[in-house]
Amino acid sequence: MVPFPSERPSSERSASHPRPGPDEARLSDVDEWGRSEHARRLARLAGRFYYRRWFRVEWEHLERIPASGGALLIANHGGAVPPDAPMIMHGIEEELGRPVYGLADNWFRTVPFGGTIWSRAGGVPAHPDNAHRLLHDQQQLVLVFPEGVKGPSKHMSERYQLRRFGRGGFVETAMRAGVPVVPIASVGAEEAMPVLYKLPVARLLKVPYFPVTVNHLVYGPLLGTVTYLPAKLRFRVLEPVRFDVEPGLARYPRGRILEEAEAIRADLQANLFDMLSKRRSVWFG
Amino acid sequence: MARRILLTGLDTFWGGKVARALEQDPHVEMLLGMGRGHPQVPLERTEFVRADESYSLLSRIVRATEVDTIVHTFLVVDSSSMSARALHEVNVIGTMNLLAAAGASGSSVRQVVVKSSSVVYGSHPADPVWFTEDTLRSRPPRTRLERSLTEVESYVRDFAEENPEVAVTLLRFANVLGPNVDTPIRRNLERGVLPVIAGFDPLIQFVEEDDVVRVLAAAVGLRLSGVFNVAGDGRLPVSEVARIASAWCLPLPSVFTRQSVAFLVRLGLLDFPAELESLLRYGRGIDTARLKAEGLELEATSAGAVERFAQASRLRRSIGEELPGYRYEADVETFFRHSPAVVRRDPGRATGSGSAPGAPATPRP
Repeated sequence: MVPFPSERPSSERSASHPRPGPDEARLSDVDEWGRSEHARRLARLAGRFYYRRWFRVEWEHLERIPASGGALLIANHGGAVPPDAPMIMHGIEEELGRPVYGLADNWFRTVPFGGTIWSRAGGVPAHPDNAHRLLHDQQQLVLVFPEGVKGPSKHMSERYQLRRFGRGGFVETAMRAGVPVVPIASVGAEEAMPVLYKLPVARLLKVPYFPVTVNHLVYGPLLGTVTYLPAKLRFRVLEPVRFDVEPGLARYPRGRILEEAEAIRADLQANLFDMLSKRRSVWFG
Repeated sequence: MARRILLTGLDTFWGGKVARALEQDPHVEMLLGMGRGHPQVPLERTEFVRADESYSLLSRIVRATEVDTIVHTFLVVDSSSMSARALHEVNVIGTMNLLAAAGASGSSVRQVVVKSSSVVYGSHPADPVWFTEDTLRSRPPRTRLERSLTEVESYVRDFAEENPEVAVTLLRFANVLGPNVDTPIRRNLERGVLPVIAGFDPLIQFVEEDDVVRVLAAAVGLRLSGVFNVAGDGRLPVSEVARIASAWCLPLPSVFTRQSVAFLVRLGLLDFPAELESLLRYGRGIDTARLKAEGLELEATSAGAVERFAQASRLRRSIGEELPGYRYEADVETFFRHSPAVVRRDPGRATGSGSAPGAPATPRP
């Protein structure tokens, strides 16, 4: 045992202290966020099929996503089990070679098996502290859906109509971390699994919503839960929004936050309508 | 500067270990340990008084010995080790009395070190991945251990506020693992079966037992003040803990989890206290940046702590228990410490030439 230190280690010594190497006692590659490169490889394998063949994803203005530094990606959310999150994560990782950490409701953590798989594949519970650590301390790309669960749970007749953007928390998070917000308009996810009806048993089962989808009618009750309709997915990256505020403050003016969030929402909505007006076919784009 | 230190729980694992570490320090002029039972480890110069944690006794001890530092290691962080009532008495009432004694008017106490646990943060799906010292827990405490430690910490906070001249050090340790410490996780791993909740593989942290003692000793030596998280670097999934320790995972159903193993717990075949259930479901991470900013680097990472336990456990399986049990004999100890017959070679360090019988006098490397 190292003897009792009565004096603080001198700063020069701690500066020259060798950086700890890889932890030799570790047996897996699960990092502090629960992400595992091994699990990512498997996810990429499945993702590639969906990305290229099933949804035939196309990007517009992919170059607007920063090649380095932290950025908060936000997008509209749709489809009963939204395919937009994994497809955006997969696409950016594939095309730009940057990992994307997808933030999702902490309800996912309570799901046996699903929650663990989601975490290993790069999902992180949506908590302001987690987002700040990823964006500011680690300068990573973080994906969040400001509509939250209200996006995917809406009826198919309301598709592509943005819900409220929470309380603008994503703007505050980006301001505090000093990173830009990069909005992504996504078209196609809503048609991949449209919600027909929400069964009133969700609360009983402790799930956010319990939908009956078109997929259930097409593929049957079991297969329909896990199989998407082959809609064409198109993502348009909008101009990054930078906030001219000092990062790292404890709080920012609420009015400014809501104003910025509202502006981003309006811009995203306008772009969605523009993309929809140019879309000739749901299935072929 | 000479220090006069009062240590609680000398008869417990942590009290004994910390006393042995503090004994090595020449700045410590006097070290007094108290406990309900006899010390479990051979000690060189620590004075021992067998006493409970009543206020009248504590205030008399503090006044009579004029200690300047109190090291409170006697907080129970394993709810399966005693009844709910006893746990409350030891943790909440014991701490309350101790702090009242330390804060009495004219008190000589200038530092109080409390060994708390990261259990105070709880374990909930709404938690951040890392807790800093200032992060509040997501939900009110639910288990009796969490309630008890939360109450203890509120007393410590009040004491720090009322006594600004006293350096109050609140150390929150992650789950401890090591060659000797006895915890529910360790008992499970020793049996070769770690209970897990099916479908959950949360990330948890460990701190090695010697690192715990080093940090407690350093908190005294450096007069740290404030709240500090203490954990080894990194986090690892529960399944990996079992793999490093070559134990099997026993998956429990995710609903009615505690009920499903109640009979195994009752039979003593499994340890599954309430605070372990939420940890095995959602895990916990505590951020140790503040401790590192003080220049304190732990020797073992989280995985390293598990590895050290695993190695010691394999060794024990081959050669059996390494040390014969030590028995405290009050007369013998008094003789070696105070009898004029004993020749003291180094009066500065006040170490008797004869240490306790069977005592390994050399500190471990």
